[in-house]
Amino acid sequence: MEYSRTELLPGVFLSHLRSDKFKTACMSLTLLTQLRRESAAMNALIPYVLRRGTTRYGDMEALSRRMDELYGTAIEPVVRRVGEIQCIGFYGSFPEEAYLPGGESLLPSAVGLMADMLLSPKTRGGLLLPQYVDSEKEKLLERIRSRINDKRSYSLSRCIEEMCCFEDFAVSRLGGEEEAENINYKKLTRHYRELLQTCPVELFYCGKAGMKQVAAAFREALASMPRGEIDYDLGTDIRMNAVEAQPRYVEEQMDVSQGKLVMGFRLGECMEEPDVAAIHVFNSVYGSGSTSKLFMNVREKLSLCYYASSIAYIHKGLLLVASGIEFDKFEAARDEIFAQLEAMKQGQITDEEFTAAKRCVASDLRSLTDSQGELEGFYLAQVLDGLDYGPMELAELVEDVTKEDIIRIAQSVECDMIYFLRGLDEEEMDDGEP
Amino acid sequence: MESRDYPNIGEKLYSTVLENGLRLNVVPKAGFSTCYAVFATNYGGAHRRFQLEGETIDTPAGVAHFLEHKMFDLPNGDNALNILSANGADPNAFTSSGVTCYYFQCTEGFEENLRMLLHFVSTPYFTAETVEKEQGIIAQEIMMGEDSPDSAVYYNLMEMLYAHHPVRDKVAGTVESISQITHETLYACHKAFYAPSNMALCVEGDVDPALIERIAREELGEARAPVPEADFGEEESLLPLQSLRRENMEVAAPLFLIGAKLRAEQSGEAAMRQRLLARLSLRILCGASSDFYSRLYAQGVLNRNFDYDIDFSAGTGTIIIGGESQEPEQVLRELTLEVEKVRSEGLPEADFQQAKRATLGSTLRALEDFENVCVSLAIGLFDGYCAFDSMPVLQSISRKECEDFITENLAAERLALSIIQAKAV
Repeated sequence: MEYSRTELLPGVFLSHLRSDKFKTACMSLTLLTQLRRESAAMNALIPYVLRRGTTRYGDMEALSRRMDELYGTAIEPVVRRVGEIQCIGFYGSFPEEAYLPGGESLLPSAVGLMADMLLSPKTRGGLLLPQYVDSEKEKLLERIRSRINDKRSYSLSRCIEEMCCFEDFAVSRLGGEEEAENINYKKLTRHYRELLQTCPVELFYCGKAGMKQVAAAFREALASMPRGEIDYDLGTDIRMNAVEAQPRYVEEQMDVSQGKLVMGFRLGECMEEPDVAAIHVFNSVYGSGSTSKLFMNVREKLSLCYYASSIAYIHKGLLLVASGIEFDKFEAARDEIFAQLEAMKQGQITDEEFTAAKRCVASDLRSLTDSQGELEGFYLAQVLDGLDYGPMELAELVEDVTKEDIIRIAQSVECDMIYFLRGLDEEEMDDGEP
Repeated sequence: MESRDYPNIGEKLYSTVLENGLRLNVVPKAGFSTCYAVFATNYGGAHRRFQLEGETIDTPAGVAHFLEHKMFDLPNGDNALNILSANGADPNAFTSSGVTCYYFQCTEGFEENLRMLLHFVSTPYFTAETVEKEQGIIAQEIMMGEDSPDSAVYYNLMEMLYAHHPVRDKVAGTVESISQITHETLYACHKAFYAPSNMALCVEGDVDPALIERIAREELGEARAPVPEADFGEEESLLPLQSLRRENMEVAAPLFLIGAKLRAEQSGEAAMRQRLLARLSLRILCGASSDFYSRLYAQGVLNRNFDYDIDFSAGTGTIIIGGESQEPEQVLRELTLEVEKVRSEGLPEADFQQAKRATLGSTLRALEDFENVCVSLAIGLFDGYCAFDSMPVLQSISRKECEDFITENLAAERLALSIIQAKAV
């Protein structure tokens, strides 16, 4: 695979990854903007409204039919956050020409359709259609509210919210309910036009077509994009220390039969010059793999939980440990999660744990090169960090990580928040059901 | 090994059946870092009652899943999951109503990992102590499932559709049913269903098919006694037992599933054809480009969490359509009207052709996913067809077949609606 990158229009960059091995080509178009409470919901809403209809294909049915016509091309809205940068846009894929009956490339049509969604939405009097905006706003609100359906991810996002209550990272990628409720089509149109002019734009392509061909397709499709002064001032604030001397504690009650314990940590000083490879290995030894200390001890040896694993949010310098437990195991599980981190701080890492973790991280990185979706996400994050090496190179860096590197990271980690979702008390249960 | 080219999808498939009955498929993929292998048995949560040596044996709900958890224990005290992970592989397993699959993916040490996979799945080792400990872990998993609205909306539907077929019960069983499982139960079920002739090995990656065949031959034993016939009880009526059920849970918007049973073709090309026909028909009726979906989406009745699926397992076939909606009963009404429209007017030829054309993209995308490819091949091996044959078979499906499929299987009296709604405040 060959990676290259070029600027097509002011602040519009194309990352191009040539590969022969896939049956479909993938592409994405991403607007980069700072994650802020006041604008996050509007930003999150925009790609969904744009996906409702273009001037040429006026509603979803017409758009879907056009994609069917392009042999099952798929283009869908994507909203994510990388650190405190909110990334909004579209991800698409379409069959490579070798598999098409006519053998004609779908690249210009697919890129054209995606660019149309961005630049030529269905409007009236220059404004986004109120019925599209209102309908997508309701759906956004449903999505924001429905996060309680999955208690595992709900408890994670609640822990982040509480832990980062003074930081923009507390804002979810979809924005807040209140801000979403206040959106109207006029405000949204204004905001959309502003984003078009000011946001840096990242384009990604992975497939058989060469850079020249892909650049030409995007350049033509985006030629009419209005560009103003580009806002390159994007970034993530990383807090190195816990907010208080002792971890803060938040508890919530719901009618659930299994408790969710989430512990939020700051990665700390190691974020001053983050060694990404070493942080991955640290996280793998501690809690992300099935040979990790959390899995082996908290789950397997002590049976304190059904699951216990850690997730590193490297762009924000956070580490979260999530665990599903019986309500009365709260103290025992919490203490053991601390004890396992303490052991790492003391350098208690066996050669087996260390080697397995490195293998696991390196293998995950190498296998990422077999998935276009994962490659797209990897390179977007690299671009935001100003890095240009690929997953294979990062896998090599992982091989060089030493035990001392990860002990240093463990020593820099500090707990900031303990969040516990537990069941209702007996009497509240009785009040609930008739 | 026999090899066959599938130029329309750019794949080559090697296949053979070993002397002990193991069915083997290998898809070589040059240029990929990942190798994926699945070792599957045609035994799942629904295989609860069977005949063994003239005797009817009844097992508690949850044995197949329990067995899956315990298979990773090795007689020397090691755990295969840890060994594979320590070797850089990413191993896991799942149990459905119809099958149990053990798999791993890795980027190095493939040969060693494959040997370990074949070894641990064919080496039963259970003790009273380890079984007792696992009961605690699985009880937690079951409890976690009880908090899941997705699981509740699905199993409520299955209970409404099926009177006695064990697909209506949770694959993991209940806290009560798993408490009856002993290490003897596990040994008996392993012996009965983990015979090579009841299993399939499917591998995809930059590998040598001949080497895989040799490893399989070396690691797996002789053929065993014939695999017992599962007894799923009398054939079920096509009508649901109940047509509407609601339950209250902690959810933001109501979740719903509309379901219907059908007479499933049991094997061979007929089974594959029926599966493809079902998906194509549902795509035309309620897929992303359908009038039905676009209309209800625009009205705010449906959102992007709307999907359809068809599940063929343990001899059953179930159509499932659903998602989130404030008005699930309206969705059901509109769907019924849509089916009536197909009955009176037929399907527009343009819609039919368009849907066929669009399946190219989704078929190719599905082929990019090694796990999906290998598991589909394994299920095809159990059910007597090759999943790579799907494109030409799909192209041969007629509009009339789709119309008949829809009007017969989605007739109003055949449908059941399961709703999970928020608790009244």
